[in-house]
Amino acid sequence: MKQSVTVVQDEKGNFGTMVKDFVIKLIPAMPKWNGKTLVRKVLIPLASIILFVGLWHVGAKALYNIEADYKIQKALTDQGQEAADQMAACIASGDVSCQPNTLPSPAQVWTSFNTLIADHKAISADKAEFKAKTAALNAKREAEGKAPIVYTGRPSFVDQIFTSLKTVFAGFLLALIIAVPVGVIIGLSTTLRNSFNWLIQIFKPVSPVVWLLLVFMIVKTMTKDSESDSAFIISFISVGLCAMWATLVNTAMGVATVDKDYINVAKVLKLGPIQKVFKVILPSSLPLIFTGLRITLSVAWMVLIAIELLAQSPGLGSFVWEEFQNGANDSNSKIIVAMFVIGIIGFLLDRIMLTVQNMVSFNKNATA
Amino acid sequence: MEMVVEVSKQAQGHENGVVYPSDNIMLDLHDLKKVYPTPKGDYVVLEHLNLQILKEEFVTIIGHSGCGKTTMLSMIAGLNPISDGRISVLGNPIKGPGPDRGVIFQAPSLMPWMTALQNVKLGVNQVFPHASKSQRKDIAMYYLDKVGLEGAFHKKANELSQGMQQRVGIARAFAIKPKVLLLDEPFGMLDSLTRGELQDILIEIWNKEKITAVMITHDVDEAIFLADRVVMMTSGPRAKIGDVLSIDFERPRTRKSVLEHDDYYKYRKHLIDFLEH
Ligand SMILES: Nc1ncnc2c1ncn2[C@@H]1O[C@H](COP(=O)(O)OP(=O)(O)O)[C@@H](O)[C@H]1O
Ligand SMILES: [Mg+2]
Repeated sequence: MKQSVTVVQDEKGNFGTMVKDFVIKLIPAMPKWNGKTLVRKVLIPLASIILFVGLWHVGAKALYNIEADYKIQKALTDQGQEAADQMAACIASGDVSCQPNTLPSPAQVWTSFNTLIADHKAISADKAEFKAKTAALNAKREAEGKAPIVYTGRPSFVDQIFTSLKTVFAGFLLALIIAVPVGVIIGLSTTLRNSFNWLIQIFKPVSPVVWLLLVFMIVKTMTKDSESDSAFIISFISVGLCAMWATLVNTAMGVATVDKDYINVAKVLKLGPIQKVFKVILPSSLPLIFTGLRITLSVAWMVLIAIELLAQSPGLGSFVWEEFQNGANDSNSKIIVAMFVIGIIGFLLDRIMLTVQNMVSFNKNATA
Repeated sequence: MEMVVEVSKQAQGHENGVVYPSDNIMLDLHDLKKVYPTPKGDYVVLEHLNLQILKEEFVTIIGHSGCGKTTMLSMIAGLNPISDGRISVLGNPIKGPGPDRGVIFQAPSLMPWMTALQNVKLGVNQVFPHASKSQRKDIAMYYLDKVGLEGAFHKKANELSQGMQQRVGIARAFAIKPKVLLLDEPFGMLDSLTRGELQDILIEIWNKEKITAVMITHDVDEAIFLADRVVMMTSGPRAKIGDVLSIDFERPRTRKSVLEHDDYYKYRKHLIDFLEH
């Protein structure tokens, strides 16, 4: 893979400058500031956000009123005028016990966001305290060859985010490790491509749920008497298997459609098969491979939530599910917070992949 | 310049059916045939095509578009299978492509992810596996120098202009020291100024290296300026060699001396008359 490295990194560049370059490329180039770009790049996006929040607010308010009217009406028909008045007063007072349960307003979501952050801080502090308290004891246990005592408290929202990221990266790596080599091999041979095509066509549209069940059947048996974290293993394998198809198909296509001129050059120079693959075929298919990897990562992130939810492995998916089941007063707004976090992280992951993709593509820049 | 006159006499002899002494022949196309299968049945592009090209000779090939020039050249390169007949290099029938026959394609076809130097070195490393690393680098740099790219060694191929890229293509082809150099309208996509520059560069290197060159062109002036002989192909299907014209100008040639030569318009008229019939 030496060649593919030189694609990304020029001969003089070291790792530090590479990282710096990469971060610079992540940020969209700032245009020269004038009135027109100010309107286009700042004012219009800002206006669209305000419009969105405004519509949301109005919509949530309307839903709230419908739900409130319904509650009062129900009290009236079930228990009479007095109960209805009481209900109306209770709702107006903002008492949590009788609030209508519907789409939360932007303000409620913001409050929940702050609650979740505060909760995270509290849990982190608790963890740190626990660690300090058990440090001496754990050192002793370790010396005696016993397992250390670990914190078993509830994970915070931020912990859940990191768990999800860990799972998605494990799944993504699995997809990469399987799909790129298999794609290259399939791409090199028309016969193989034809004979594997049906398999790909059948497995590609299979739903994440089915993959999860399949992986569950296998992993459950295989991890029967080990102490490994089988929920994590099941979810990352399922994510990888669901998401790898785009990379597999794109890699095979990239390898199969290398410019005929390059192949002719390789033939005239009589490059051996290894050289041909590493010096000509792989570099020339890198742009398509990365297009595939970008799709794979976004699919992985999308199905991850559903899979965590089903596999009951910790992460954003189970956070959403628990909140939904929990039905506490601010559950709905926490779910909306999770929705935004999922969306924003998905966007950032895609941005990173787009930047990498542009770095390896030698013709034109890929677009969002 | 004795040699050139000698060659041209022989070339005329060839037209009259005289056979060259075989140790003087670099490339021999014998009764060559090419058939492309198509949905509407077989299409015979070339048939009964005979052509002998001497060592150190520069031959240009002209013919109408679609007559089969590229087909013939890619068969010589070994990139396109022969339907019937034979192609030999120094008396040995060719077996597939190989670095003894360098090719310069119409599109520069450099690897865009490599630098100019890496592109040239790709071939050099392959052909001189026993040379040291620095020797191979020197060879690559020497030829890049020769085509006027001393400042662009480390530029990525896709950062170079078309003309620059084709210069790298020339360097890459000469650097592998082929016996035969095959060129398929290499300057066809360039503007006339750049084309003139590249013709000069090509002929300058060729004067030094004196390898056998076969070049397809659709430019009559280019054909005359570069060639010892201009080979005219008949229109397809079943194209073959229609006529061969020896260009008896002295070498090294300058564009000016060629244009001012009395025979220039005679040659030009000969070629144009052929193409118009
Ligand atoms: N792979 C192919 N299959 C079928 N027909 C072809 C193929 N390649 C070229 N031809 C046909 O053969 C003829 C000669 O093509 P080519 O050698 O490219 O001509 P030239 O280079 O003289 O313009 C053309 O009519 C072209 O359509
Ligand atoms: Mg052609």
